[in-house]
Amino acid sequence: MTRSLNVRAGVLSLALLAAFLLVWQVAVSGTARTEAMDPEYAALMGATATTGKSAMPGPLDVGATVWKHLKDPFYDRGPNDKGLGIQLAYSIGRVALGYGLAVLVAIPVGFLIGMSPLMSRALDPYIQILKPVSPLAWMPLALYTIRDSGLSAIFVIFICSLWPMLINTVFGVSSTRKEWLNVARTLEVGPIRRAFTVILPAAAPTILTGMRISIGIAWLVIVAAEMLVGGTGIGYFVWNEWNNLSITNVITSILLIGLVGMVLDQLLARAQRLVTFPE
Amino acid sequence: MSILLPFRRRVQPAALDQAAGTSRMSTSEKFISIEGIARRYPAPGGKTTTIFENLWLPMRRGEFVCMIGHSGCGKTTVLNILAGLEAPSEGAVIVDGQALEGTSLDRAVIFQGHALLPWRSVLGNVAYAVSSRWRKAQKAEIEARAKKAIATVGLAGSEHKKPSELSGGMKQRVGIARALSIEPKILLMDEPFSALDALTRGTLQDEVRRICVETGQTVFMITHDVDEAIYLADRIVLMTNGPEAKVAEIVENPLPKDRDRTQLHHAPGYYALRNHLIDFLVTRSKTLRDAMPEGYDQRHPPVVRPALSEADAAAIAADAPARRA
Repeated sequence: MTRSLNVRAGVLSLALLAAFLLVWQVAVSGTARTEAMDPEYAALMGATATTGKSAMPGPLDVGATVWKHLKDPFYDRGPNDKGLGIQLAYSIGRVALGYGLAVLVAIPVGFLIGMSPLMSRALDPYIQILKPVSPLAWMPLALYTIRDSGLSAIFVIFICSLWPMLINTVFGVSSTRKEWLNVARTLEVGPIRRAFTVILPAAAPTILTGMRISIGIAWLVIVAAEMLVGGTGIGYFVWNEWNNLSITNVITSILLIGLVGMVLDQLLARAQRLVTFPE
Repeated sequence: MSILLPFRRRVQPAALDQAAGTSRMSTSEKFISIEGIARRYPAPGGKTTTIFENLWLPMRRGEFVCMIGHSGCGKTTVLNILAGLEAPSEGAVIVDGQALEGTSLDRAVIFQGHALLPWRSVLGNVAYAVSSRWRKAQKAEIEARAKKAIATVGLAGSEHKKPSELSGGMKQRVGIARALSIEPKILLMDEPFSALDALTRGTLQDEVRRICVETGQTVFMITHDVDEAIYLADRIVLMTNGPEAKVAEIVENPLPKDRDRTQLHHAPGYYALRNHLIDFLVTRSKTLRDAMPEGYDQRHPPVVRPALSEADAAAIAADAPARRA
């Protein structure tokens, strides 16, 4: 029964994709009315104005572009012409750095806050105020203080990854079952050993949930941040291709951004399954 | 069998005093001595709720003491204070001549909800306790001790299972193994079998009794189950209803030390004891809270041995010819 459900879902998925691609192809393949113009002017105007062809690429155009990029992802022909692989690597690198820093800060600080009701209450207002701030709002401040666009992007990733992880770590740590803590107390387990052998495993699933939310947000934000700071990265690439009016490349990047985001999420989902314990 | 014939419930105040006087424990006998402890919680309106106060209770070494009382009488609080998980608002607990302060590896707790760490295997859970007890021990020694404790509760072969793969009874066995593995001087049990089905409960009671009799373990156990108390305890502490609960009396269990659970209800004295306990839970736990008998001394709660009932007399009569033969 489950197998047939999977098969049916797969068939339906493919059918929907086919229908979507068909509609897309039909929608962009029509030609609009064109006006007669001077041939020299027409040469400047491009296909949309002269033949009435839609500026929106069709699925076949996009497919061809994707194939072209996949064939040669790492070419580097100057600052405005780098392979998609290189651009993605820049973005992933920034996310990894900013996110890694956030992990290093959020988990220990979350432990501290979670284990101390005093700290928890004292810091709660700050967390509540800073959490809803759009990470891009930090950008000018970062640019002014850090004076480096690349580092500023990393800082923005850091700040947006921080809150979900921090809040989930605090929650996971503070909701460690009292009976488990009592077991550690009756066994005279010291605070450090208790943190690593009881609280960390107990809070790990909640912490990983926070990390998973964070990586999702970080990957959302990197595109916007790179559009602002420019230079390299998939976000910059999207903006650059928009300026080039290459919708094909924009759609290609959208697909790749989605794909990478999914992979990052699945990696953390797998890690989460590793630390989840059945009760 | 050394049957203790006419036990009288002392109802006369004078007799009560006498009872208290004759069975008062000498200081040297006291292994654990709860001395005038109180536990108060802040209540809404700036008041305080007193769960119990001025509670005195002595225990001998190697004795199995059960505490019975309705919910809210502070049984668990007493156990937590003995474990060192809670501090009394007043008073002190003396164990082996030393005032008790905080938790200790000498006092192991078997929790009501087994409290196993679900991410550790059976062996991991027990080894965690063992390695806490003997911090410098080698891994092999820790494992050997843990395996021995697991075998004691009859779980050999399940060492590498996770708690989620075990039944409720097996989980509680692991909890018992964990407590025993650190070789505690005192075993504290908070309704350890209340979540189990009757059959499992019976076998686990047998196990606990066997282990405790073999090792001469000092045990303090909380229970709701009258039959469990009769089967396991040397002495049964009856608590009146809370708040402001008191130790109404300490009932000495007249049944012989070598008890057989299946034959327990044929033992002389069983019905008198059982009726006494049930009567207490049904009515006296409430009436005694409202008015303690004259001459009641919180420092020396009356020690009682229930008189034989008619059913007991019949049981003895039926048993006597068999024994003579």
